Amino acid sequence: MENNLFNYCLHLADNSLIMGHRLSEWTGHGPMLEQDIAISNIALDLIGQSRNFYQYAAAIKGDETTEDTLAYLRDAREFKNLLITEIPNGDWAQTILKLFFFSTYQFYLYQKLKVSSDAQLAAIAEKSLKEVTYHLRWSSEWVVRMGDGTEESHHRMEMALEDLWPYTGEMFDATSYENLLIKNRISVDVSEIENDWKTKIAAILCEATLSNARDENVWMQKGGKSGFHSEHLGYILAEMQFLQRAYPDCEW
Amino acid sequence: MNQQEPLWEVFIRSKQGLDHKHAGSLHAADAQMAIENARDVYTRRMEGVSIWVVESKYIHSTNPDDAASLYEPANDKIYRHPTFYNLPEELKHM
Repeated sequence: MENNLFNYCLHLADNSLIMGHRLSEWTGHGPMLEQDIAISNIALDLIGQSRNFYQYAAAIKGDETTEDTLAYLRDAREFKNLLITEIPNGDWAQTILKLFFFSTYQFYLYQKLKVSSDAQLAAIAEKSLKEVTYHLRWSSEWVVRMGDGTEESHHRMEMALEDLWPYTGEMFDATSYENLLIKNRISVDVSEIENDWKTKIAAILCEATLSNARDENVWMQKGGKSGFHSEHLGYILAEMQFLQRAYPDCEW
Repeated sequence: MNQQEPLWEVFIRSKQGLDHKHAGSLHAADAQMAIENARDVYTRRMEGVSIWVVESKYIHSTNPDDAASLYEPANDKIYRHPTFYNLPEELKHM
């Protein structure tokens, strides 16, 4: 049980950390100053969420483990983030759509997690939900404006949809450590939020005049939650962990 | 991109009961996005509890060249300040 809870915390933390790190790559490169700041704010929100989950995971572990060793000293195989969080940002359309899919997922996930029987997870979810509610609102507005914008922006959103859709199935595919926590009402049964997620996505895509009819038989990428990642995660970790690996315990 | 998006003036109420004050300006495609941009740019350090935005082109202002005729005539009309009354001792904060 302890080990499942530890893994579940890492999964939640890794999702936020890797997504946050990816989004932070836009800092200084946003399409305009206002959006540069907006997406950097969101990146920081997510990294803050990951800290809360890592701190809890470290407390469960109970040894020398800290939030920093969990973030900086694990290898790709030990990370449990969804694949959608690690794929490259692409253009602004891809980044926005990826964030929209992910924020919608977090929004429904945290709504359930905030009534978890685990008080600490419930508290983190409640706090994070306020941030995620805004991420969802902000990314939805952008999906609508680009989908229903110019011919160019509409085309780019359609391409982003093609590219990103295969990464959405993993969100609702429960791993063993999640399943074993469901009966104690600790973890969220992700199959229960799939319909809410699909309904919200369909409504926004419709408003954005984007096509929603996705091929039900499309191959869904999965594996991230169990530690099987794309080649992209290694590059993220190389950049993110370099300092701690090269200069262990350095402070400044 | 900024050349295509209009400029908006942002007003922030720093806490309940206070007036909205001009905080600055930014670019956005429409009012909703302007409010969200304002939230991200101007309230990230707990500066506000309410935001107004108005497209800059709708703000009309006096011409600085007219300052002499508009404002200076008030300089020597001190009788317009209510400072010539003797107030009772009990009245404070007037």
